[in-house]
Amino acid sequence: METFDSADLPELLKLYYRRLFPYAQYYRWLNYGGVTKNYFQNREFSFTLKDDIYIRYQSFNNQSELEKEIQKMNPYKIDIGAVYSHRPSQHNTVKLGAFQAQEKELVFDIDMTDYDDVRRCCSSADICSKCWTLMTMAIRIIDRALKEDFGFKHRLWVYSGRRGVHCWVCDESVRKLSSAVRSGIVEYLSLVKGGADIKKKVHLSEKIHPFVRRSINIIKKYFEEYALVGQDILEDRESWDKILALVPEMMHDELQRDFQKCQSSLQRWEHLKDTASKYQSNNKNDKCGPWLEWEIMLQYCFPRLDINVSKGINHLLKSPFSVHPKTGRISVPIDLQKVDQFDPFAVPTISSICHELNIISTNEEENEAESDVKRKTRGYKKTGLAPYVKVFEQFLEKLDESRKGELLKKSDLQKDF
Amino acid sequence: MQFSGGKMRKQRLAGDQRSACYPHSLQFYLQPPSENISLIEFENLAIDRVKLLKSVENLGVSHMKGTDEYQNKLEAELRRLKFSYRENLEDEYEPRRRDHISHFILRLAYCQSEDLRRWFIQQEMDLLRFRFSILPKDKIQDFLKDSHLQFEAISDEGKNLREQEIIASSPSLSGPHLDMETIYKIPFADALDLFRGRRVYLEDGFAYVPLKDIVAIILNEFRAKLSKALAVTLHSIPLLLSDENQRLQPLLNHTGHSYTGQDYSTQRNAGKISLDQIDLLSTKSFPPCMRQLHKALRENHHLRHGGRMQYGLFLKGIGLTLEQALQFWKQEFVRGKMDPDKFEKGYSYNIRHSFGKEGKRTDYTPFSCLKIILTNPPSQGDYHGCPFRHSDPELLKQKLQSYAISPGGINQILDLVKGTHYQVACQKYFEMLHNVDDCGFSLTHPNQFFFESQRILNGGKDIKKESIQPETQPKPSAQKTKDASSALASLNSSLEMDMEGLEDYFSG
Repeated sequence: METFDSADLPELLKLYYRRLFPYAQYYRWLNYGGVTKNYFQNREFSFTLKDDIYIRYQSFNNQSELEKEIQKMNPYKIDIGAVYSHRPSQHNTVKLGAFQAQEKELVFDIDMTDYDDVRRCCSSADICSKCWTLMTMAIRIIDRALKEDFGFKHRLWVYSGRRGVHCWVCDESVRKLSSAVRSGIVEYLSLVKGGADIKKKVHLSEKIHPFVRRSINIIKKYFEEYALVGQDILEDRESWDKILALVPEMMHDELQRDFQKCQSSLQRWEHLKDTASKYQSNNKNDKCGPWLEWEIMLQYCFPRLDINVSKGINHLLKSPFSVHPKTGRISVPIDLQKVDQFDPFAVPTISSICHELNIISTNEEENEAESDVKRKTRGYKKTGLAPYVKVFEQFLEKLDESRKGELLKKSDLQKDF
Repeated sequence: MQFSGGKMRKQRLAGDQRSACYPHSLQFYLQPPSENISLIEFENLAIDRVKLLKSVENLGVSHMKGTDEYQNKLEAELRRLKFSYRENLEDEYEPRRRDHISHFILRLAYCQSEDLRRWFIQQEMDLLRFRFSILPKDKIQDFLKDSHLQFEAISDEGKNLREQEIIASSPSLSGPHLDMETIYKIPFADALDLFRGRRVYLEDGFAYVPLKDIVAIILNEFRAKLSKALAVTLHSIPLLLSDENQRLQPLLNHTGHSYTGQDYSTQRNAGKISLDQIDLLSTKSFPPCMRQLHKALRENHHLRHGGRMQYGLFLKGIGLTLEQALQFWKQEFVRGKMDPDKFEKGYSYNIRHSFGKEGKRTDYTPFSCLKIILTNPPSQGDYHGCPFRHSDPELLKQKLQSYAISPGGINQILDLVKGTHYQVACQKYFEMLHNVDDCGFSLTHPNQFFFESQRILNGGKDIKKESIQPETQPKPSAQKTKDASSALASLNSSLEMDMEGLEDYFSG
């Protein structure tokens, strides 16, 4: 794969936006079948240009206008905002207070930096294959709940291009939710609570809610390989002291002794489970609830959501197929069927796909018959971007199907009367 | 207009007809009152309602809501102030009427700021919760119908299918089986208060709510209606109080302000603090929440959004000017590794915004204790929030030790925290810090902490807090019957207005 050099970015972006960006699918998504008038036209986009110049409240009349503007500006980053009451580009011309964010997808942002207290391999913006499992678990847990508990049908998961994932929930009813309900949903999906001043961040009640139980079942599938082997969370004294801080004090002496005798995190974890159940059966102290093992698993593995991103209807979020300016990676949709195989390091960078395109172009120049239009539409198909666009198209298909179903229902109703 | 019709009816009301006006001891306050009342009655009703809500607040702090003691004391208070509370009592017309009118009067007084609205809604919700809790079971369905709330109960089959999940989800259900329990199926968004705390079973977009928990749904609905109504009221106030209704203005202002305190939004202290004083002030006069933010900022040269909001607005309240604030934050952030350009682009907008110089140009008010305690709890990497509310007791203890609070004092504080009296705990800290026996105020705001501290340290000079309220209010005369209620009634006809921002305030 071509290595990415951020100095080349301006040139690469030009090529990417001219030949590779999947405009048609992108427009098809945000236009939502044109059901609501001006839905695409009132949508805010914002561009980040070179040197962090930030332009908000961009809006476009149609696909070709969007295309032209993106190709003119060559933004380093594209963000998507809300659908407003008026065209965002004209927000200065309407009466103050009349310009309102009305609808937006429900979005989630899961960022690896929020896991720094439980990752041993990397910190802040860095990720590796060892900690990426955190994202895999996060996607599985959140996606299951959105689908089964909340009944949301259209969920698009996207790799952010660097250290996290985003989710866009696009059901028609969801786009209309108030910010109070949006924050309620995030609260429902949050178990790890407290800042730097709280050590034990997960407390389970006596009754285990089905959401928690089902989440634990998902974590169980990964815990041993991820936490005990990969992260080795009980490797040495320093690391197990962090876990003992979550355990009632009366168990400390015994566990310290046991831990020193053991050879691996796996063995120490078994000891911890045994000791916990022993104390639980002969002690009614609520601090020693039956759920200690689960609380630790959850604190180390359960997704951590940024409520502010999801809550505000007018909050901007990095667009799918935007380029991450630091890594050069494309923000690509993730195939939920293959979420365990998703490898952030295999995601194409802008350099790699532009390079692929150049090779093809050179070959094609030999048979000059190809028209410009044809070349444009097929650009991405010959690069590593193609499978990801495919995932996006499947998502769009389902949106179309739902919309047709709705229309049928409506027309049936009308016939009844 | 319709009001005259109401008046005529009122004159003829007697016996059974009277009880038809108010079928229940509790109400959703869907219709404003439509009768004429004297100014004196207007004032008395307002005062009694405020007394009642204040009692609701105090009882909620000193007792666990829903315990026998809480219930009994609240009932006694309602009886004492002659407001309705129980079904099946003789001659309930007058208490219910008082309840109805006084509620609408306070809407006028308490719609005028975010803190007032928040406080009012909270107390009204607690009051409704209490009244609903003593409503006989056979009246519930009636009340729901009268309040336009209709829910669908699920079949036994559907119940059996989900029995275990429903029991595991609902804290109100004990026992291994659902038996006679009625379960309602409602769209999840209507059960916000239940699902967001995971206190109800969700499946495929529906919440399965036992009858016992239906009160949460009712309260949710009540809050939504009330917050919307307050927003409408706020926008109608200039119209309502024009001309002859002007006499109500001082009364309303007084009613609101005397009970939730200052909002510390005004810039009367602007420019009285210099930046190099802040380090010293942070240990001498800042409440622990701000002291902690200041320390974190100095150490990390960065604060996340929640911290910047809470601390930034506090600093504004104690008198930093916009220019000082920009300089202060920039200095610190640049000391980190932030490039000055990035600061200009990313952060100075937000600072100007919080001073009302950008965007919708709202001059944001510093956060009150209530807001800090109840909303936006800190998470990983955050330093905002209330240290008494959002710290492990062990870490709080260490922190207080590092502030050189005596062991005896620390224990007192920790006991208060255990009883969830966070503001009282902070007040205790104030007393220890300033070595006074009784601080002589009740703490509701971080900026209040600061001003009171400065007052003690400077012997009442220098940065001076403005006296809370003028002692005397122009007494409204009772010379003739005043139709305050016509002002109230016309509220109802006001059109829908923009709800921007308000939703956030009330969702907390």
